[in-house]
Amino acid sequence: MNSMAQDRASVAGKALTVAEKTSLLVIGAGPAGLAAAIEAARRGIAVTLVDENPVPFETMGEEIPLHFGQRMGGIVRNRTAMTEAVLEQSPDIAAAFEAGVDVRLGTVAWGLYVPQPTAAWMPGPLCGLADPERSWLIGFDHCIVAAGRRDMGLAFPGWERPGVMGATAAQRLASHGALDARTAVILGSSAEALLAASALLDAGIDVAAIVERAGTMAGPADLANAMTSAGVPILTGHVVAAADGGLDGVEAVRIVAVDAEGRHLAGTERTIACDTVVLGIAAIPAIELLEAAGCRVGFDGDRGGHVPLTGEGYRCSLPVIQAIGDCAGVWPSKSMNPEIARAEALIAVGALAGSTTSELPSPPAPDAAATDIAALRCGWVRASVVEAEGEPHVCQCEEVTAREILEVKPPRYLNWTAPANRPTDLVALLGEGPPSADQIKRLTRAGMGPCQGRRCREQVAALLALGSGVPLETMPLATFRAPVRPLPLSLLAESAEDPEITAHWDSWFGMAAQWVPYWRVQSGYTAASRDLHSPVASE
Amino acid sequence: MTHQADAPPAGATVVIVGGGVTGLSAGWWLARQGVGVMVLERRLVGWEASGRNGGGCSHHHSPLFAEEQRLWPLMDDMLGYPTEFQPDRIRIALDEHQFKLYRRALENGERQGFRSDVLDAAQVRDLVPLAGDGIFGGYFYHFGGHANPHRTVQAYAWAIGDLGGRVMQHTTVTGFETRGGHVTGVQTDRGLFGCDHLVIAAGPQTARFAAMLGTEIPMVPARAEMIVTEPLPLMPLGGVDGNGLYGRQTLRGNLAYGGGPHEWVDLDDLEACRPQATPLLRSLSHRVTRLFPRAAHARVIRSWAGYIENTPDGRPVIDRLPTAENVIAATLSSVGFGLSPASGHAIQEMVTEGTCRFADLSSLSLSRFAGLEPDWRDIQGWRKLEVLGATLPAT
Repeated sequence: MNSMAQDRASVAGKALTVAEKTSLLVIGAGPAGLAAAIEAARRGIAVTLVDENPVPFETMGEEIPLHFGQRMGGIVRNRTAMTEAVLEQSPDIAAAFEAGVDVRLGTVAWGLYVPQPTAAWMPGPLCGLADPERSWLIGFDHCIVAAGRRDMGLAFPGWERPGVMGATAAQRLASHGALDARTAVILGSSAEALLAASALLDAGIDVAAIVERAGTMAGPADLANAMTSAGVPILTGHVVAAADGGLDGVEAVRIVAVDAEGRHLAGTERTIACDTVVLGIAAIPAIELLEAAGCRVGFDGDRGGHVPLTGEGYRCSLPVIQAIGDCAGVWPSKSMNPEIARAEALIAVGALAGSTTSELPSPPAPDAAATDIAALRCGWVRASVVEAEGEPHVCQCEEVTAREILEVKPPRYLNWTAPANRPTDLVALLGEGPPSADQIKRLTRAGMGPCQGRRCREQVAALLALGSGVPLETMPLATFRAPVRPLPLSLLAESAEDPEITAHWDSWFGMAAQWVPYWRVQSGYTAASRDLHSPVASE
Repeated sequence: MTHQADAPPAGATVVIVGGGVTGLSAGWWLARQGVGVMVLERRLVGWEASGRNGGGCSHHHSPLFAEEQRLWPLMDDMLGYPTEFQPDRIRIALDEHQFKLYRRALENGERQGFRSDVLDAAQVRDLVPLAGDGIFGGYFYHFGGHANPHRTVQAYAWAIGDLGGRVMQHTTVTGFETRGGHVTGVQTDRGLFGCDHLVIAAGPQTARFAAMLGTEIPMVPARAEMIVTEPLPLMPLGGVDGNGLYGRQTLRGNLAYGGGPHEWVDLDDLEACRPQATPLLRSLSHRVTRLFPRAAHARVIRSWAGYIENTPDGRPVIDRLPTAENVIAATLSSVGFGLSPASGHAIQEMVTEGTCRFADLSSLSLSRFAGLEPDWRDIQGWRKLEVLGATLPAT
């Protein structure tokens, strides 16, 4: 009888180096994550809470994790001062320390890993962590992801200039006293855009205009009315035509009236002086850790787009992971009231601790969406990107324009000229079925750069929806990949690899027979007589 | 492919199951011969291993090597679309063990008329700006090279369309119609497509389709991983690997490398589980850092995994099914991308000429497994691992 042999070049019998273990890992120290960590600690659960903030200045300069647009003030260079600002802004962090939570600020979670039938060699659920000095793996029994949100990018001529930034980024910097801006123009009128405008005003920054493509404001009326009362000019039926400026970034924006099809109306362009342009088209749930881990996601217009599909207690399809806060759904009243995120946290921790549904509050329901977010995003992309006078780069990292995306053009460094009769529509180029943003990424490189698609992925999806006629909400989502933050090879490098991995890492599959040159191949093969001793190298 | 939106035809002279590089190349070669072809792909072209590999084109052990080397420099012109093919390869050894292993490519190349140079550490550093300390030696192989898998896959698909063939994505094959030992039609979720010849080149699914036609092709899928960095300034030659890694610097400048332990899996699990990368990326990062110390600062921006199948001896099967004589099955056994120009040509000749005339494919025949033990998977340790320490995904 054969005892089962081991393939020594496979993962069998090999171990990952796991530096530490916690019972509950909470990712994100916003209102949801903090409330979850504190509640779990109160219930006697060992909790580790990580948050990437304060993010090093250089990293913020690369628009990570938010689109900061180089408008970070000097204080951001001082990590100690930034940590104090974070602590001052969130008194719950101190409460979490006091409750016994193991709080790790400045620690980024770059990958979530859950053993699955085809990835079973991991010893259990793991999370990759890193601080500026090192990276390591932490094991956990449960993980609550409260990773927050980011901002949808929007291309227009000049959007690569310093000063163009996201609404969430602007609001965060303003609340830390770290926003280096004097006059801002807000693009879009989502609740989050209006909250950012309000935070800017509170920080003493002038808001020169709020520009909304549609005929009416997208965000809640009370927020919109507050802007009107504050004397902020509201320009509906307008989009940005360009941001002009110099070495220091934006000096003015040109805005233009548009018709219902997004076409720019001749003679309506006007210039507004400003040093900052805030992108407030849409706040996007930050699902990258969840999606890359393999949690199923779906488009939900009431929750801000693609969100994890969750069940009882906000459990994801990989049930050791729960998702709460903005990454589980962004809607106006939640953005305006942190108690909603906190309520989600209590439900999630209650479910973890074994409370039954009847013992827990009912999950907060999203607002009935006042706007069709798919139409809103496609409308902005059509008016701003497609109708742009120049050809702005939708993907800034790889310098890919909307036309290049829609015509599936190989990147410019290949100097490839399409034959004159090459079709220019997506169905002819890519075949039937919804166009895949992953396929577009592979062929045009849009979304393939170091910002990992944070600035372009929603625009690319909207462009493909416009170009194919497939509704945005049914477009396949471009996949996310770990590490969900760009991290240096030297930082990620495993310095304590299992010697069993090192010992058998010679080549592809380590099979001697695979590489026997064809002129020496014997006829007939049996497993028992296979060569286990010859040196093995691939190609 | 301007006719893609038309109603599908009732069939084609040759129907090919599988829109990876092997099936697409076969379809392209057949279309070049004026043969009506239809390639059926359940997802998107190149969605599996064909789009997830290192892009290497240097298979000096294969009977298809000479044709692989002849064709790659011609492919951009022949296809009409860029593949990003770049010739030649440097392999860096960090120790004597690796140096000995990597010598075999020199020997195999030499026997087939290709030149290689042996490099010392200083020569490696001269040729490879990202290399640094800790080099034992290396080789400059004046053959082989690398191409961009995504671009190549799409180039085949577009070229098939340009030649009047048809690539049907989102089309799942469910069965076959047979008459008198011949396959006469392919059943799909989009209807029946008639055929005179059938080519099965469906990666890990190849065995499943062959089994429907009464032939067992032994193979097991496995999961493997790669990482990619942000772009760095281009080295004079991008085809540099070694230190147990395969991969390349892309023409854009990214370092894209894979290697390390693979994980055997079950075919039945592939459907529900997309290929997940694991923290092996830390070991890969360590290996790349040692291969290219001057790239240690480069940031990793992606990792990914893919499923690839292997036969028991790891060598391809390109053969007719003994149970259905107008059917050719092709699995390249985890090494298919670089060989694709040649494997497609071989399949085309097997269909149109009855046999491959430019190479002797007898070493790739299915009959070599006639004496294979029924429990070969256990004997070789190619069983999947059981999931420990976590609950399974809800279904």
